[in-house]
Amino acid sequence: MTEGQIAELTGAEIVSRCLAEEQVEFLFGYPGGAVLPIYDELFKQDKVKHILVRHEQAGVHAADAYARATGRVGVALVTSGPGVTNAITGIATAHMDSVPMVILTGQVPTDKIGEDAFQEVDTVGITRPCVKHNILVRRAQDIAPAIKKAFHLAATGRPGPVVVDIPKDVTLNSTKYFYPKTVSLRSYNLVTRGHSGQIKKAVDLLMSAKRPMIYSGGGIIMGNASELLSQFVRALGYPCTNTLMGLGGFPATDPLYLGMLGMHGTYEANMAMQDCDVLLAIGARFDDRVIGNPEHFMAVDRKIIHVDVDPSSISKRVKIDVPIVGDVAEVLKAMLNCIDESKSSSVEVNVDAWWKQIGVWREKESSKFAVSDEVIKPQSVVQTLYELTKHDDVFVTSDVGQHQMWAAQYYKFDRPRRWINSGGLGTMGVGLPYAMGVQFAYPDATVACITGEASIQMCIQELSTAQQYSLPIKVITLNNRYLGMVRQWQEFFHGNRYSESYVDALPDFVKLAEAYGHVGMRIEKPSDVEGALKEALALKDRLVFMDFITDQEENVYPMIPGGKGLSEMILK
Amino acid sequence: MRHILSLLLENESGALSRVSGLFSARGYNIESLTVAPTEDSSLSRMTVVTTGSDEVLEQITKQLNKLVDVVRVIDLTDGSHIERELMLVKVRAIAKDREEMKRIADIFRGRILDVTDKTYTIELTGTGAKLDAFFESLDQDAILETVRTGASGIGRGERILKV
Ligand SMILES: Cc1ncc(C[n+]2csc(CCOP(=O)(O)OP(=O)(O)O)c2C)c(N)n1
Repeated sequence: MTEGQIAELTGAEIVSRCLAEEQVEFLFGYPGGAVLPIYDELFKQDKVKHILVRHEQAGVHAADAYARATGRVGVALVTSGPGVTNAITGIATAHMDSVPMVILTGQVPTDKIGEDAFQEVDTVGITRPCVKHNILVRRAQDIAPAIKKAFHLAATGRPGPVVVDIPKDVTLNSTKYFYPKTVSLRSYNLVTRGHSGQIKKAVDLLMSAKRPMIYSGGGIIMGNASELLSQFVRALGYPCTNTLMGLGGFPATDPLYLGMLGMHGTYEANMAMQDCDVLLAIGARFDDRVIGNPEHFMAVDRKIIHVDVDPSSISKRVKIDVPIVGDVAEVLKAMLNCIDESKSSSVEVNVDAWWKQIGVWREKESSKFAVSDEVIKPQSVVQTLYELTKHDDVFVTSDVGQHQMWAAQYYKFDRPRRWINSGGLGTMGVGLPYAMGVQFAYPDATVACITGEASIQMCIQELSTAQQYSLPIKVITLNNRYLGMVRQWQEFFHGNRYSESYVDALPDFVKLAEAYGHVGMRIEKPSDVEGALKEALALKDRLVFMDFITDQEENVYPMIPGGKGLSEMILK
Repeated sequence: MRHILSLLLENESGALSRVSGLFSARGYNIESLTVAPTEDSSLSRMTVVTTGSDEVLEQITKQLNKLVDVVRVIDLTDGSHIERELMLVKVRAIAKDREEMKRIADIFRGRILDVTDKTYTIELTGTGAKLDAFFESLDQDAILETVRTGASGIGRGERILKV
């Protein structure tokens, strides 16, 4: 519709128009009483494609993965009450990882709010702690401004999920419709360009460092700054590490890359973090899974530069010497210009000795694992998958547990937005719906879901959705018959008492996959791993569920025990 | 350290719970919190009294600023400021205690708003410290009921919190 033209529309029609206006490609949802008028409108249009999931949690996860893989806002629609409560895990997962999303929720009619009406929950109250913002729309004329505001808030600054709660009567009432072109909020001012004085100071510090280190996180991915980060790191020739959320932010095959850091990071990355004299942290937040014990980390004297779009991330867990608030891409651009200037003027400090030290750490080969002819080592499945697919553009999603760490350690991501996992909330069950969200966005790409036999069962019903929409996902289950990560902690810290960590009565996954109309495979011998993966990857138009029976008591190494410091890794 | 934060927020339903929810979710202290609309009906002014180290206060301020409904935040304790709180106290006042109660109220510039033959209801304004001092000087058994508003604050001189 062109500007100036004003028509009377129902609230539900407005919702559908607004989504089209935002060029929403996919709407992941599940119907129910409170959203029937909206579903009626969706039926009548063909701009927005609705994807019917089998559980609201999975719908939100799929929309979340669509956003992570494309950089666009992911959109989900659920009904009031149980629709909302089912969606909460998905919303909280997206919130912890700063994913731009808009979640539309149905609500009971305005005159029934507060009466404990059928399928009523206080959606705004229940979602408040796990959203960037939420809005209860009380009048039809407020729908369009609310949706515009929601998309704006979701996608700008530090992104995040925004909930728009729409009572049923509001979707039935009519009003004049026009979609606002812009949003202006006096309380929401975005800082994009970093402070130039601070940027200069940061570059000077980096140029004079003897033991420099660059540590980047999910902010680089979300801020579309991986290309600039790579240029910057290469211009300096400094070592670089990525967090779990930041994998692919800097190419894993680059010689300057030290691997992932943190609880299950490489020896060299963690040691270099601890021993560096100047640290550049960019789009990362020093969380407990990354630096371990902050006191241990801060006991060493080093200067820290921290670039982040969210001021509250800076000096939250560790004290920062040079804070820079701004969009990571803008700041990197300015820093690149700054190096060019200072390179010509200043004497270059030699960092050869530092690289030599890093070389010594690398010789520990902390990612090495014992191979076997008897039993499938879970790491080798990921490694083989990588070898078979490294020349293709592959997306890997994961669940939560040991398999997730092995996927992160052994699949080398050279590009951003290819590794999709729940880093912050650590939500088991995301793997399959994440793969769906990615596959919708990139129908021709290979999408692999590396999961565990426990995690996959938390959203297994989505095999039905994958069948309905012909999504050729490759589900790679590393089946150790244990809640592996739980068992590992029990082995290390609870005297081998495997309390409730054995996954009993597992289904026959091959038959289960077939029951849903997919291809199922069980792989039990190390010699069959490569052939099976090749066969599955060649089935371009089928979902293949691969059940790899793996070494039951394999552990993830290295490991920093909870509460310990970066240099206190258990290596074997 | 005790800090008095002054906030301007959008006068929207839910804004108050976003602020109070933030304090409870992140484990920050709230000593008192007051809120009311301002001369600009689209804005509310809130005063939060909290305690914490400098690092904690920095985080509180940043987290508050991150809330979409929060328009401005200042820490009044960063500069010279005025703090006032209103308290109403109902005390037992019988026989010889009547005179004593009145005398203490006078010393603290309290006003007796309501009188019965057994009670006085005293109004007192001042800083939190003054109200505490008043309490301490009363015979504890004589206190029947108290209600305090929590502190309101404003900067001294030219210092103004406005959008
Ligand atoms: C929803 C949810 N519940 C519980 C946990 C705690 N948890 C973390 S890892 C894990 C075990 C996962 O087992 P599996 O999926 O088989 O993976 P494995 O560790 O064996 O590779 C559990 C229970 C979690 N992360 N998410």
